[in-house]
Amino acid sequence: MAIFGVPLQAMFGQLLLGLVNGSFYAMLSLGLAVIFGLLNIINFTHGAVYMMGAYAAYILMTVLGIGYWPALVLAPLAVGIFGMVIERTMLRWLYKLDHLYGFLLTFGLTLVLEGLFRSVYGVSGQPYPVPDLLRGATDVGFMTLPNYRAWIVVASLSVCLITWYVIERTKLGAYLRAGTENPQLVQAFGINVPLMVTLTYGFGVALAAFAGVLAAPVIQVNPLMGSNLIIVVFAVVVIGGMGSILGSILTGLGLGIVEGLTKVYYPEASSTVVFVIMAIVLMVRPAGLFGREK
Amino acid sequence: MSRAALGYTVLIICGLIAPFVLYPIFLMQALCFALFACAFNLLIGYTGLLSFGHAAFLGMAGYMMGLAVKQWGLPPELGLLVGTGTAALLGYLIGSLAIRRQGIYFAMITLALAQMLYFFCLQAKFTGGEDGLQGVPRGHLFGFISLEDDRAMYYVVFAIFALGFWVIHRTIHSPFGQVLTAIRENEPRALSLGYDVDKYKLLAFVISAGLSGLAGSTKTLVLGFETLTDVHWHMSGEVVLMTLLGGMGTVLGPVVGAFIVKTLENRIGEFGQMLATYTGLEWFRTIGDSVTIVTGLIFVICVLAFRRGIVGEAMALLRKARA
Repeated sequence: MAIFGVPLQAMFGQLLLGLVNGSFYAMLSLGLAVIFGLLNIINFTHGAVYMMGAYAAYILMTVLGIGYWPALVLAPLAVGIFGMVIERTMLRWLYKLDHLYGFLLTFGLTLVLEGLFRSVYGVSGQPYPVPDLLRGATDVGFMTLPNYRAWIVVASLSVCLITWYVIERTKLGAYLRAGTENPQLVQAFGINVPLMVTLTYGFGVALAAFAGVLAAPVIQVNPLMGSNLIIVVFAVVVIGGMGSILGSILTGLGLGIVEGLTKVYYPEASSTVVFVIMAIVLMVRPAGLFGREK
Repeated sequence: MSRAALGYTVLIICGLIAPFVLYPIFLMQALCFALFACAFNLLIGYTGLLSFGHAAFLGMAGYMMGLAVKQWGLPPELGLLVGTGTAALLGYLIGSLAIRRQGIYFAMITLALAQMLYFFCLQAKFTGGEDGLQGVPRGHLFGFISLEDDRAMYYVVFAIFALGFWVIHRTIHSPFGQVLTAIRENEPRALSLGYDVDKYKLLAFVISAGLSGLAGSTKTLVLGFETLTDVHWHMSGEVVLMTLLGGMGTVLGPVVGAFIVKTLENRIGEFGQMLATYTGLEWFRTIGDSVTIVTGLIFVICVLAFRRGIVGEAMALLRKARA
């Protein structure tokens, strides 16, 4: 069986790849949106911390002999703490200034981090093995499903949905949303807003690092893996708008799938299709699909 | 003679004798980047727009200039025109999309669109992909001035830089430039005063893109090749750094910034050797291989502690001394 001349197997294979990429877009754009909401900073470092998450897992394995499953918790934790240090020591001074300074500072940090990792590990990729439990593939009738890729989609979607639940449905999330709307007032009610800001930044960064650990077994761990991704994620953020959490998740997944389909029908355009969609969205609906800009 | 006129006269004289003192190729490269940074500064410093995709204009102009001279056999002056025109047209397209959103979104959109062009250049045939476009001849300007001699080439580049600088200077100090400043300071107010803000922003963007293209095509003419480095987002970041370091919104800041950043990139290996000798830390020897660490650190320091830049700080000191 085939759709427009493409065998069904190949089609589903690319769709799955698209879904995997989409999961990464979703997690990264979610983190960007949460950070932007409270800190008013577009975190360019997001790609670099994603890369650091993958390297943290790699270092845990090669130096300390700690495997994939503990790394899935430890690496985001370590990178999250690193993020909180950055927030306390640097970003804190920029909140009263124009947004662009936060963008420029995190851009500079990205260059430093990428340069450091490159001077230690070189530009070539480091392999990271797929955990034993998730090796191989399962035959699900219409296609053979590689277990690890399926796990990426399940794990990242769960994390995204938990994040959505915490922010939209719990008391902690209510504080966070209130802090986004009016930090002074929330502070006046006796909530420690600076601490909340630090933790939020740490959480967003940890989310990116988690994505990095998930990605480590499917791509070669290399210093530039983050910056190549982050620019696409920016386009995703522009398309979706940063107003809604579910919106970020849906946009991320949707664009991943569109990218996967483009790979099937017109491979030359697969690296640019997200940018083309961004251009179209800007023409038709400048505020973004889920945007709430004034 | 006014103080400013005196200053510019001194600078022009310095520019005229510079190739006898310093290496002309380096000077030409630095002048191209200085023009690039000045064009960028017209947006960030005088209109308040942070474009993070200016590499697209520099690089695409360079490629089109190379194509025009090498493949189509056009003389260099027409090649420069083709490059500049391409960049201005591209600026119109990217600009009209990007001005639909304000603030930090503007930066993200320009960055994303420039990345799209990067992928285009990576795949297109005429750019030579990873190898780049090689062997662009310098030829004869207006048919009789041979540009093969580095000194002759230098004076042409210097003239081009002066022309571009003059255009920017005129733009800033014209009524049009005043409206741009008004937009930077308070966009809603400019809008409420009846100015068609989008039109002003777009025109500023096109001028800036065109001049970046002039810088890019001149650079290709000087060096004889064009590579993907010039369309990469690192280049977009580098021009931000030059402008930030020199001083955003100052006329001479970007020139100072461009010369410092280019000198640093050329000399950083030697500087690392020196540091290693003095401090005994062997790690400094490797610093030449990782220029990005140093540029990144300068970025961080500038944003945290030095936001007015070198020329901005100097002017603030002068003002204090006078008061």
